[in-house]
Amino acid sequence: MSAIICKELCKTFHQGEQVITGLDHVSIEIKKGSFTCLSGPSGSGKTTLLNAMGGLDTPDSGEIWVGDTRLDTLARGALADMRLHNIGFVFQAYNLIPVLSARENVEFVMQVQGVAKGERRRRSDEVLAEVGLQGMEDRLPSQLSGGQQQRVAVARAIASKPKLVLADEPTANLDSKSAAELMALFESLNEQHGITFVIATHDVRVMGYARRLISMRDGLIISDEAQQSHSMVV
Amino acid sequence: MNASWLVVATLAWRNLWRNYRRTLIILATITLGVWSMIFMSALMRGMVDEIVRNGLETLPGEVQVHAPAYRRDPSVVNSMAMPDGDFLQALGESPVVAWAARVRVPAVISSERDSRGVVLLGVDPSAESALGSAPDNLVEGRFLLGVDDKGVVIGASLAKRLETSLGKRIVLMSQNPDNDVADRGARIVGIYKARLPGTEDIYVYAGRAATQKMLAMGEQISEVAVTADDYRAVQSWYPNILEAAGDELEVLPWTALDTFLSSMLAVQDGFALVFMVVVFLALSFGLVNTLVMAVFERVREIGLMLALGMKPALIIGQVLVESLYLLGLGLAAGNIIAYVSIRALENGIDISSVAQGMEMMSMSPVLYPALRFSDMLMSTAVVIVLGLAASLLPAWKASRLDPVKALTKT
Ligand SMILES: Nc1ncnc2c1ncn2[C@@H]1O[C@H](COP(=O)(O)OP(=O)(O)OP(=O)(O)O)[C@@H](O)[C@H]1O
Ligand SMILES: [Mg+2]
Repeated sequence: MSAIICKELCKTFHQGEQVITGLDHVSIEIKKGSFTCLSGPSGSGKTTLLNAMGGLDTPDSGEIWVGDTRLDTLARGALADMRLHNIGFVFQAYNLIPVLSARENVEFVMQVQGVAKGERRRRSDEVLAEVGLQGMEDRLPSQLSGGQQQRVAVARAIASKPKLVLADEPTANLDSKSAAELMALFESLNEQHGITFVIATHDVRVMGYARRLISMRDGLIISDEAQQSHSMVV
Repeated sequence: MNASWLVVATLAWRNLWRNYRRTLIILATITLGVWSMIFMSALMRGMVDEIVRNGLETLPGEVQVHAPAYRRDPSVVNSMAMPDGDFLQALGESPVVAWAARVRVPAVISSERDSRGVVLLGVDPSAESALGSAPDNLVEGRFLLGVDDKGVVIGASLAKRLETSLGKRIVLMSQNPDNDVADRGARIVGIYKARLPGTEDIYVYAGRAATQKMLAMGEQISEVAVTADDYRAVQSWYPNILEAAGDELEVLPWTALDTFLSSMLAVQDGFALVFMVVVFLALSFGLVNTLVMAVFERVREIGLMLALGMKPALIIGQVLVESLYLLGLGLAAGNIIAYVSIRALENGIDISSVAQGMEMMSMSPVLYPALRFSDMLMSTAVVIVLGLAASLLPAWKASRLDPVKALTKT
């Protein structure tokens, strides 16, 4: 079974006179319950591909399927609903709502989903503990370090138990130890709950966890190989 | 749904205090605007009240009862009997506080120097006093002592035109029911001043019985004037009189007797509304600017919320709720300040030093702001409805943001 299918995705950006290739006829299939890393140098199209898979950005041409839903033809509202209920996001640059505490940020998605209060509280406590933020639940993002903020974002992405987590550079702001812990958490969520992970990174330590490593360059997939997961060296 | 609106309410409230200085400035602006809406309406109501009350003083009586043809031809022929039976009983019932039966006919008054056309009022002085329509400023002499008083009371201006004075004799001339000249000589026993010089020229007071005798009209009268305690409420009680007086008589509230005054009362709601809308339009620039700034500063987190799957409608809701908080707080403060300031000034604001000549417009130089609950309600409705309407554009813009572009905005 496929979690995601991309067929011949093309995306170009226009900056003044310049035409930039984001994705160049990318076709890819992500299996349910898999753990995939997208790697590649800066500007190679990792974020563009993740955004397309997450229904955040529509490609110029090609098809995207998430489960049984074709995304590239969906309306805005339906896309928003699909994201809300099926996908956990960790974004590359900006992740938390500044006026909400760590716990409120984690509960945000569940609250919009309409999860009951007690259940929200239980799950947010649980995942915040899992990402090692016990005792910091009531802090505002501005009172947390970059790494801690990143972990709150991860906690939010997994708290609603989505079928699919799309994470863009989740370890960018983490020290080696935190990064290893986070990846171990992803791995166990993947193994125990069968959540599908697609992670964009140029962190070699993260790539070590992947069962499948896809390399990109200039909007093209240049290699796609299965590998044995191996813990990173701390 | 409930939980997501709760988060919207929380976000809107906290966002409000992120830039508290800007919030306080716009709150002060809304408060001032709301205050001015209510305060100016109160002043205007006070002024209109004053004009209407002065007008009613010369009308006089909030409800008048006549023979049907009297208003077309106010002569002695078109007279009516003194009230009795049901009619008399209705005049004794609340909310009527006073009534007077009078003879009111056109007449000519002559001194040895000049003659003028006037309105001769044959009155019962104690009833007129109760009604509030006896002249309240007697500058010389006295008012009539009873219905049989043979003297007359005239205005100061008229006395001057006739080149006569207190104690002198004049001749009153009118028609009797047989169209013959009816006249009698009388002594001037009092001279009054009225707020409006026009009144002084026109109304000549004489005893009712003395006048009936002169006009040979027996016990007949021209009109019954009735007053209750609130002239604005006349529509609610005049039908009682109408019913009791029977079909033979014409019963009219002051709103029908003086359409100018009643139209003043009618248009003041329109004026208040227009004024409030104008004040709000000025206000709305500040409000929209604040919201546009707030949205602009928060593009990235709005992008984040959209990316996470929050429905655009909830983003619109968030901006509107934030706007509602501002409007609600401003309204509360504005209403309270308006209430307090109007209450404090209810005894009158003397503007005579800056507004000479207001008497010409039948207004006194003291303004009495009149607080109305309906004005507070109207300003609230105007501010909420127009405020939300003005907030729609920034809210809609926020909801249309592209999440990817918004998220990566630097
Ligand atoms: N909104 C945009 N407007 C113009 N060009 C864009 C836009 N978004 C992406 N690009 C360009 O598309 C290409 C792919 O960008 P993308 O963000 O997918 O790269 P990436 O692999 O995620 O890089 P990084 O590792 O730095 O995050 C880049 O050349 C980038 O400059
Ligand atoms: Mg990227």
